[in-house]
Amino acid sequence: MAASVKEAQDLWLDAFLEAEQRWRDTEPARLRKLRAEAWDRFRSLGFPTTKHEEWKYTNVAPLARTAFRTAEPAEPAAGVLPDSAVARLVFVNGRFEERLSSASWPAGVRAGSLRDLSLRAVVEERLGCYARFDQHPFVALNTALFEDGAVVEIARGAVVEQPLWIIHLAVPSGQPSACHPRVLVAAGEQSQASVIELYLSAGQGIFFTNAVTELAAAQDAIIEHYRIQQEALSAYHVATVQYHQGRGASILSHNVAFGAGLARNDVNSVLDGEGAECILNGLYVAGGEQLVDNHTALDHAQPHTSSREFYKGVLDGKATGVFNGKIMVRPGAQKTDAIQSNKNLLLSPEASINTKPQLEIYADDVRCTHGATVGQLDEEAIFYFRTRGIPRDTARELLTFAFAADVLGRMKVEPVREQLERELFRRLRPSGNRGEGA
Amino acid sequence: MLEVRNLKAKVGDKEILKGIDLAVHAGEVHAIMGPNGSGKSTLAQILAGRDVYEVTEGEVVFEGRNLLEMSPEERATAGVFLAFQYPVEIPGVSNMYFLRAALNTLRKARGLEELDAMDFMQLVNEKRKLLGIDDAMLTRSVNEGFSGGEKKRNEIFQMAVLEPKLCILDETDSGLDIDALKAVAAGVNAMRSPERAMIIVTHYQRLLNYIVPDFVHVMYQGRIVLSGDKELALKLEEHGYAWLDEALERGELVAV
Ligand SMILES: Nc1ncnc2c1ncn2[C@@H]1O[C@H](COP(=O)(O)OP(=O)(O)OP(=O)(O)O)[C@@H](O)[C@H]1O
Ligand SMILES: [Mg+2]
Repeated sequence: MAASVKEAQDLWLDAFLEAEQRWRDTEPARLRKLRAEAWDRFRSLGFPTTKHEEWKYTNVAPLARTAFRTAEPAEPAAGVLPDSAVARLVFVNGRFEERLSSASWPAGVRAGSLRDLSLRAVVEERLGCYARFDQHPFVALNTALFEDGAVVEIARGAVVEQPLWIIHLAVPSGQPSACHPRVLVAAGEQSQASVIELYLSAGQGIFFTNAVTELAAAQDAIIEHYRIQQEALSAYHVATVQYHQGRGASILSHNVAFGAGLARNDVNSVLDGEGAECILNGLYVAGGEQLVDNHTALDHAQPHTSSREFYKGVLDGKATGVFNGKIMVRPGAQKTDAIQSNKNLLLSPEASINTKPQLEIYADDVRCTHGATVGQLDEEAIFYFRTRGIPRDTARELLTFAFAADVLGRMKVEPVREQLERELFRRLRPSGNRGEGA
Repeated sequence: MLEVRNLKAKVGDKEILKGIDLAVHAGEVHAIMGPNGSGKSTLAQILAGRDVYEVTEGEVVFEGRNLLEMSPEERATAGVFLAFQYPVEIPGVSNMYFLRAALNTLRKARGLEELDAMDFMQLVNEKRKLLGIDDAMLTRSVNEGFSGGEKKRNEIFQMAVLEPKLCILDETDSGLDIDALKAVAAGVNAMRSPERAMIIVTHYQRLLNYIVPDFVHVMYQGRIVLSGDKELALKLEEHGYAWLDEALERGELVAV
């Protein structure tokens, strides 16, 4: 499985040529061009090393050395889809599963595979317009190689009650496989909706999920977006979420990272209109030898925009966490109001976290604050529980759960919040399989 | 019920308890008084199982069992309860959830059926009136943002719900206004019974006007230097602890 970097690179080239060939006749010209540019960019950037500031604590050398082949079509495992996911698009190893996906959608919503001809216009116009790949090799790789993906279009003024699900299931096989899921969400003016992306896996084997999501919220749209990653420990999971917010648009973003041996998420937003508001809410829970890296970037491009960021991490075993929170205030973006907080709980002496704010402020009348904490469970609190009869392990679970619970508390889709609360409890059980994927 | 014999304990190199002897029988109420830093809380915490204190000598027997070998949760199950001098704040865990988890863990360990939400609420409603615990206090996180008095009332409320055999109250009266003090005393008195014993740590006679002790002990520099009945508390109130110093110097007092 371990190949030389050279051999691995040849396989990426094969994958690119294959993709280029396959979509030559059906893909819009703009996308074909984008693919070729992205491939060139990936070739010149290469996989990052820890010498890159953005990748300082996250070593992807094992990923770069692995000989990944494009994931083959696979049968979806039974019973992995959550019952609450009624309106949904399902992808298995990156391919759209029409049989498992909804045929009809709530009023004001058009959704489907990005190969769906009825969605061609929005794909042609907007795919790749938000997630920039010039500095990000993984976004470049995704843009060069994506096979399929989800498109969700929410009409102007539509208020969609039912959450819209996008479920990506990885079914690994005997040899390392790679998949590059792509998601495009275009929310019209004054629309309201929640979009839930769920990344799962079933079965054993090394695999690599390299996902890119672009979500554009037009003027006064109110969008809640979830990204929930529960892949197996044999996964490399690299993802970029790029939001774009128009005037008065509001995004509530939830980023939950439970799975994968190596998980790297970039969550970025451009607040590109006055009055835009962004809340970044994140929770990462890792144990064993997991590495979980969250990089967020809030780009306050216009005056009177505000952002709130609440990221929390629970790290056990020998797990490593990374948090980098960038806040950029562009020249002229006066009255920017940005508050960032990153809190970490280390459950074992061997767990570690590197947390860093990164403020780049080019306007003078702004409020930007940030704070990071790293702590352990409070022994006094544990003792207090025990004097009331609650055993040590249960006390630790309850305190850890309480630490993380306020992140889940910000989620508005109740079945999702409840499911995640149960999942969190399961992962915190010392007797349970903490750190296990799916 | 409880027999403490020659108990010595230290933190690091600092010896705090220098040989405590104390016998408490079912039905009795013992008050422990003494100046700041004399070791009262240390004794209370050791009885509850706090492991930052190292016991260097002596033994503690609770209902025939070696208490010092039991974990804090085993002691709680056996019926030991400590009302903390400084109750701990636990953000994110609701008071109700905490109390129900505690009660059901204790019930399970004692071979009783767990209480469902309905029965639990009924029990809570029965117990909370006396202590003036309102709805808001039940739904808020354990002790978080509670005033000093609310925290103390909450401790006694927990005690009333968990129904321990040995109640240890560490300065439950300090920081209470007179109404809260009366509420706490009413809560405690309602629990007095021939099967239950209480150790009440306090600086002031005030609480003992409402909860009348059978015995009063004076702790001083890690020892119980004087024991008597409720009159002793009055005497301390009148003369203060300075009197102790002088009495010790004059050789009038010896460690019991
Ligand atoms: N964890 C600890 N580490 C170091 N010293 C301690 C610790 N706990 C108690 N001590 C010390 O032991 C002595 C006795 O403390 P303790 O709290 O038991 O006194 P107390 O009688 O309860 O006092 P107060 O009336 O002020 O509550 C004090 O000198 C105190 O500083
Ligand atoms: Mg004390």
